[in-house]
Formats: sequence, structure tokens, C-alpha cells
Amino acid sequence: MSIKRLLENKVCLITGTSRGIGRAIAERYAEEGAIVYANARKTGSIDEWAKEYSLKNQTLVSPVYFDVTDYVAAKQSVMQIIKEQQRIDILVNNAGVVTYELLGLINFENLRNMLEVNVIAMIHLIQIVSRIMSRKEKGSIINISSIVGVEGVKGQLAYSATKGAVISLTKSAAKELSSKNIRVNAVAPGMVDTERFHDVFEKSFKERLSDIGMGRLAKTSDIANACVFLGSDLSDYISGQILGVDGCTIL
Amino acid sequence: MPNLELYNQVFIESFKVKSDQLDTLAYQSISAWDSVGHMVLIATMEEAFSLLFDTNDIIDFSSYETGKQILRKYNVDL
Repeated sequence: MSIKRLLENKVCLITGTSRGIGRAIAERYAEEGAIVYANARKTGSIDEWAKEYSLKNQTLVSPVYFDVTDYVAAKQSVMQIIKEQQRIDILVNNAGVVTYELLGLINFENLRNMLEVNVIAMIHLIQIVSRIMSRKEKGSIINISSIVGVEGVKGQLAYSATKGAVISLTKSAAKELSSKNIRVNAVAPGMVDTERFHDVFEKSFKERLSDIGMGRLAKTSDIANACVFLGSDLSDYISGQILGVDGCTIL
Repeated sequence: MPNLELYNQVFIESFKVKSDQLDTLAYQSISAWDSVGHMVLIATMEEAFSLLFDTNDIIDFSSYETGKQILRKYNVDL
């Protein structure tokens, strides 16, 4: 008896897949049978991995290279996906930048750039992909927020402002797109054991381990599994929700 | 189907109007062409002509006639 994979033949665009959470999401999606369009900024950077994962999972993992803040390139990439597949079923807005600084040390140029990547580029992709999804009257959009967007945290005011914006835009988009059966949800990870976070954690956050009820950092697969659920038909009646994946962290 | 016929068909299906009403059609000139109806029109037009409008063009697409000029920007000859 063959077991149907949870995302079989669903056409997915996932941003920021060169490493970390985005890479893990793309890998789990491929494992669950999705047709994955994996975005990264640097041309050629994920070609080998995409080929390997296509073969390993008997599906298509196709790199799409663009900077999410290059709106012309983003639109062209979406149009290319439509030309090849005639639809997009799932959009995972994962690409993001992070900074750590106290209020008095916030660099406003960095903050503007972070807002551009983490919020404005996300809204742009939702705007164009939702129009594609509305043709089929079905779709799932998953935005990566953060526990700091929900709770706030000392030392990340600027970053938490962008991730808080992701929460409100998720809820608003869900309300606006529900009549078209397009679901919009967010995942709010806690502290995740990624390359990017690891050094920062060792230097500045190690004492925070006791704040995590489950006593460990999240694995990237923990976040990816939540995204599989929200992308799959198992969550067909769930929209406008912010799913915390944080091992019961108290900030 | 010729492009002009397809263009007209999108309006007729989106707003349930007759072909003799098309020339004077504009945003908010009929109850069906409100902001929600506008996005239905845009999505249907994009699918019909396999294109994605820029946001400014979506905003500027304010009448049956203006729409023709906008489509020409996307190399759709009407």
C-alpha cells in the first residue's frame, strides 16, 4: 500500500532557502512530494543541493534566484513558475534578516533595510502570488515571524518590530483572502539552532536555555514540520493563526 | 480568439454586462465594478492574457478604454 505524501504535487515557492530554516523547509517539502521552487539570492549557490534533492525525493526542486527586495526580478520569477506549472499552491515567506542591538544603538539604515526585507518584500510577494492563487480559489501562504514578534525581547527591538508587523499583516491578509479560500498563517519560531544563530547564542544567549521549557533549542526540522502542516490539506480550515514553535519558551 | 474579443469577454464575464455597455464602463460606474470587482477583473485579465500587472497599472486601470492602453504596455495588441 503506497502512502500519499502530504504535499504531493503541490507547487511551492519558498524564499530564503540557502541555509537554516528555509533550507529545512525546502527539504521537508521535497520529502513530502512538493514541487519546490527554492529561492536564494546568489545565482548558482543552491544548484547542486537542488539536483540532489530532486533525485532523492523523486520530485522537482528548482532553484529560483532573486533578491526578494528586487520586485521586478521577483515578479519575473513568479511568472516563470506560472509558465511552467500554471499555478502556485503554497508560498512560504521565509527570507529575512536579523540584528541584535539595544534601543540606544539602533542603526536606522539597518532598520530600514530590515523592514524592506522582512515586511515590505513579504507583502509584495503576497500581493502577486495571491492573485495567482485566486484563479484556482485555493492556496496557502505561510509567513515566518518569531517569538520576539509576539512577546518582544530586550536587545531586539528593531527585529521584533518587523516580526510583529508580520503577525498583523498575516491576520489582515487572512481576512482579505479568506473568501477566495486562500489561507494565510504565520509560524513564530523560538530560538532555533541554525548556523546564523549558533555563534550569537554561544556569546550572548546561552543563559536563556533555562527559559526554554523543553530545555533545548529548536531544530530547523521542528519549524519545517509546522510549515508542512500549514501547507497541507490537514490545515484546510485554519487561517489567520500565529503558530508558536518554541518548546514553551518564556521571554 | 482575437485579443479584443477576449478583452471584451473578460469584462462581460467579470461584471455580467452586455457588449453594448462596454464602451462607457468605468470603475464604480456600475455596482459590480467596486474594489472587490476590480480585483476580480484584474485577476481574470491576467489569466486571460498570461501576464502580471504592475501595481500602478492595477490602480490606473479605471475604465474599459484605459485598460486597452494599459494592455498595450504589455505588448497586447487590441
